[in-house]
Amino acid sequence: MSPEPVLAVTDLDVHYRRRQGRLHALRGVSLSVAPGETVGVIGETGSGKSTLARAVVGLVRPSAGRITVAGAEVTAFRARQWRALRRRGIVQYVFQDPLRSLDPDLTVEESLAEPLLIQGRPRREAVERVRAYLARVRLDEELLSRLPGELSGGQRQRVTIARALVTEPRVVILDEPVSALDAANRVKALELLTSLRDAGTALVFISHDLGSVAGVADRIAVLYRGEIVEDGPARAVVNTPRHAYTRLLVGSAPTLRSARADRASRRRLRALLRTEEGIRHDV
Amino acid sequence: MALLSLHDVRIHDGVGDRDVVKGVSFALEAGQAVGIVGESGSGKTLTCRAVLGILPPHFTVSGGAISVDGRDVAGLTGRQWTALRGATVSAVFQDPASYLNPSLKVGGQIAEVVRVKKGLSRRDARRRAVELLDALRLRDPAQVYQQYPHELSGGMLQRVLIATAIAADPQVLIADEATTALDVTVQAEILDLLAELRESTGLALVVVSHDLAVVAQLCDEVLVLRDGETVEQGPVERILYEPRHAYTRLLIAEHEQYGLDRVRELAHVA
Repeated sequence: MSPEPVLAVTDLDVHYRRRQGRLHALRGVSLSVAPGETVGVIGETGSGKSTLARAVVGLVRPSAGRITVAGAEVTAFRARQWRALRRRGIVQYVFQDPLRSLDPDLTVEESLAEPLLIQGRPRREAVERVRAYLARVRLDEELLSRLPGELSGGQRQRVTIARALVTEPRVVILDEPVSALDAANRVKALELLTSLRDAGTALVFISHDLGSVAGVADRIAVLYRGEIVEDGPARAVVNTPRHAYTRLLVGSAPTLRSARADRASRRRLRALLRTEEGIRHDV
Repeated sequence: MALLSLHDVRIHDGVGDRDVVKGVSFALEAGQAVGIVGESGSGKTLTCRAVLGILPPHFTVSGGAISVDGRDVAGLTGRQWTALRGATVSAVFQDPASYLNPSLKVGGQIAEVVRVKKGLSRRDARRRAVELLDALRLRDPAQVYQQYPHELSGGMLQRVLIATAIAADPQVLIADEATTALDVTVQAEILDLLAELRESTGLALVVVSHDLAVVAQLCDEVLVLRDGETVEQGPVERILYEPRHAYTRLLIAEHEQYGLDRVRELAHVA
């Protein structure tokens, strides 16, 4: 039997009420993340990926389906229960813009210690652990007394990652974690995230960009118009995609070695998707 | 003769009192495409702006020479620049919405360019604008003509911008991070369009991006810029397979170790 997933979403439906009527953001979405697994969730504008990220954080209430975190059903949790769950630090989040996710008035040390102090751990233990995790994200201790505004973009992102790790979560959800970084810092952040994976933390990368996730994910799920149209081992999804949208996605991602991939096949797939949908889908 | 040539171009920041572009050279002929790769701050956008004669205040071309269609642009008057821009060299940038007037229908904005630059009548300008929207594969171009910018998606807006940029039949189009903010599938669609325009009209391209793979897809020659210096320059195949500079190797390693290049099997890419 496979181990109990650290995060499982089953038949999730989310709709928003709009003046024009119901807008289905997610339809029958199922996704399961095993301990230590790295899953990439790929979705472009309007795919529902942000809704999915918000739903597993408890910021959006599903209209149907179930969400479990480390075996506990959280679907019907109230705000207070979600807060308690977040305090336990089992699930952590890293968002795209590290400047906005760190309190500008707290030093690096205070920012990193905060989640531990909220858990009620003694300050001495918190301080020790902060230093250990600062080293794990390869930042120097002299940064402890700095404010976020005094750090480079790459350093800030590493502080954000360290902050997500200090509570020793079972799963970290990363929403476009490297999109805002330059090449050198992207490579450093990806190296770091790969080492986390090796340390047994489950990671969920949510991104619009297949290219930025394909090399680090064990599994890739493709979200298209609110539904998961493909879910499988990264290598299989990239090399033998089944759904027309996945084929277009793979064929569209710029790569070095296939730089001049077949334009005609992309054109065919676009036409096919438009006909299948029967909906205006101008880009 | 080259349509566009830059010879050891240097750009000086008068406020910081330092050179921010330290020697960029390339030559572009009809139907060719050259790519410039670099981070923000590498000087790639300033180089483009110098070519268009729209450097921000305090920035000046302090050395080297730029010539467009055989003509040195140093000393061009404002009026001469205006005649050159759009008609010979044109450009599209990252954020299409900010280049369109939000309170005017997009079709009228394209037609105005055609009217001013090509001297067409209102009726002919309108017809030409619809033709351009159609050429950029916007479905129902007559309807798009009537729409306001806020009614269009990012990909549609970028097509409208490209339509505007090529309305006066320029010989060179500069695409500066023109697809960066778009979804990957939409980016590919725009890049495919640029490749088709290049093939069908002989439009020469300057493709500027932080992503080496985007540039490699379209260009024959690549310049890698870092902190204003050209750290590497050569044919795209040479850059990809025999990179000489550590920074170029880093750009390649990113794709090979963490990107699609790592998992994608070449046999599949037929």
